[in-house]
Amino acid sequence: MSDFQPRIVVFACNWCSYAGADLAGVSRMQYPPTTRVIRLMCSGRVTSGFILEAFRLGADGVLVTGCHPGDCHYISGNQNAVVTMEKTTQLLALLGIEKERLRLEWISAAEGARFARLMTEFTAQIRALGPSRLGDPDRHELHRLTVPDAVGVDA
Amino acid sequence: MAFDEVVRLTRSTYCLDCGKCTGSCPVARVDVTYSPRATIESVLSGHPEELIDNQHLWSCLTCRLCTTRCPSGVDYPAFVVAARAEARKAGVEGIYAHNAVMQQLMDIMGRPVQQNRTGWLTDDVQTSVRGDDFYFVGCLPYFDVIFDDLGVVSTESARNTVRLLNAVGIAPIVSNDERCCGADLLLNGDEEGFRRLAEINVQVIADSGAKRVILSCPECYNAFRSDYPRYVGPLPFELVHFTELLAGRMEALELGELTETVTYHDPCRLGRYLGIYDEPRAVIEGIPGVELVEMSKNRANALCCGSTGWVNCGRCAKGIQMERLRQAQTTGAQRMITACPKCRIHLSCALKDAGDEIAVAVEDLAGFLVRALGG
Repeated sequence: MSDFQPRIVVFACNWCSYAGADLAGVSRMQYPPTTRVIRLMCSGRVTSGFILEAFRLGADGVLVTGCHPGDCHYISGNQNAVVTMEKTTQLLALLGIEKERLRLEWISAAEGARFARLMTEFTAQIRALGPSRLGDPDRHELHRLTVPDAVGVDA
Repeated sequence: MAFDEVVRLTRSTYCLDCGKCTGSCPVARVDVTYSPRATIESVLSGHPEELIDNQHLWSCLTCRLCTTRCPSGVDYPAFVVAARAEARKAGVEGIYAHNAVMQQLMDIMGRPVQQNRTGWLTDDVQTSVRGDDFYFVGCLPYFDVIFDDLGVVSTESARNTVRLLNAVGIAPIVSNDERCCGADLLLNGDEEGFRRLAEINVQVIADSGAKRVILSCPECYNAFRSDYPRYVGPLPFELVHFTELLAGRMEALELGELTETVTYHDPCRLGRYLGIYDEPRAVIEGIPGVELVEMSKNRANALCCGSTGWVNCGRCAKGIQMERLRQAQTTGAQRMITACPKCRIHLSCALKDAGDEIAVAVEDLAGFLVRALGG
């Protein structure tokens, strides 16, 4: 699907990653217009509920970004983000949503180029996966609501 | 439904203002500002908007203790659930527990997802692709992930339920396509979300060709028995709780001896909603050597586990849970057995914070029985 424009939600922490996005902007670095950045005080504020809500509302990918390990403004918030990401990945697996649609990256305030590169990379990754099956039913014909046949499971 | 219609159907106009509800309410015992009586009064005196905008609307546990004691038979939980549906239409929602992850999961499950939810099935349990019996597991695989830090493995309970069914000669269908039963969406006032899940579940079960659905989760069981027919019409299959099924077949299980003193916690849905008090007790007492002692509040008077609908969990919930744990402690029992995965999670959560004060362990019924089975 060449005309597929992914919708990507990016959670960015106030202290590092959002500043990194700012730097990418003021440096006029180019990256695809597929991302919607949501600023939070810390990557540790991201919960499984936030990520699932993004997918429920039709996001094709979710990228969580925070300070590098050891650099967290709140000492250990980004460690909490790692735990949240592990749990959420397991929930996505249960729901049958590809785990590649969710990613965690560390971006410092000095890494504008890294921000731009990751947005480009992640967009390509989501383009390769195609639209999320939870997306807008009108946008993708494969998302008609159908009740799948019951499949029993052999022991 | 118009709000005055709700008031009529739940018999709220018959309220005598006696306050038995507030005296009985486990929430009101912890949070003195909460009063079912005053809530009804404010609506009857022509101010339903006070209810809609009030966070107390989400405090009710819908445990039904007040209704069982109400001299006028006011169905307060039904009134609250209907009011929540109205509130939702006005854009008001409660404060969801666990950052609303359950609400998100339930909503997503109402969509065309292809889940991978049967990973908990191990080689030693027998299931079928087709047959007469369908085991409805519910959200247990999701609970495993979310409540990992409590050390509660909810799917172990599902495995044990299948082991018990195998022991009485049933290899049930376990479907990868079943969804959440939706009971909690209904409690949150999301009728459309509930209807969607109900339609999918009924279709999945009907397609499997099963004639009977066996359930272990009391909330799912109550949703299927009490709410599904109201939203999606009569069900084309029978329903049975696994304790009802096992109660008459205890000899077939050939249980070994367990020398333990235990107490049984009645889940609200199994007890006050569906009147199933004797069967769980019969299967517990069916284990040779087990002594069942009752808590001061048991059967229709049982205390709720403190949280329902994954909403408004907080100080109040914890207070109620601690009271329940203390009641169990007072019996001198080593274990509190519960038949509900959510009660187990909530009570385990409180137990974790209780420290040395409480020495009672919380165990689920299926796991307890399987220990006697030698499993």
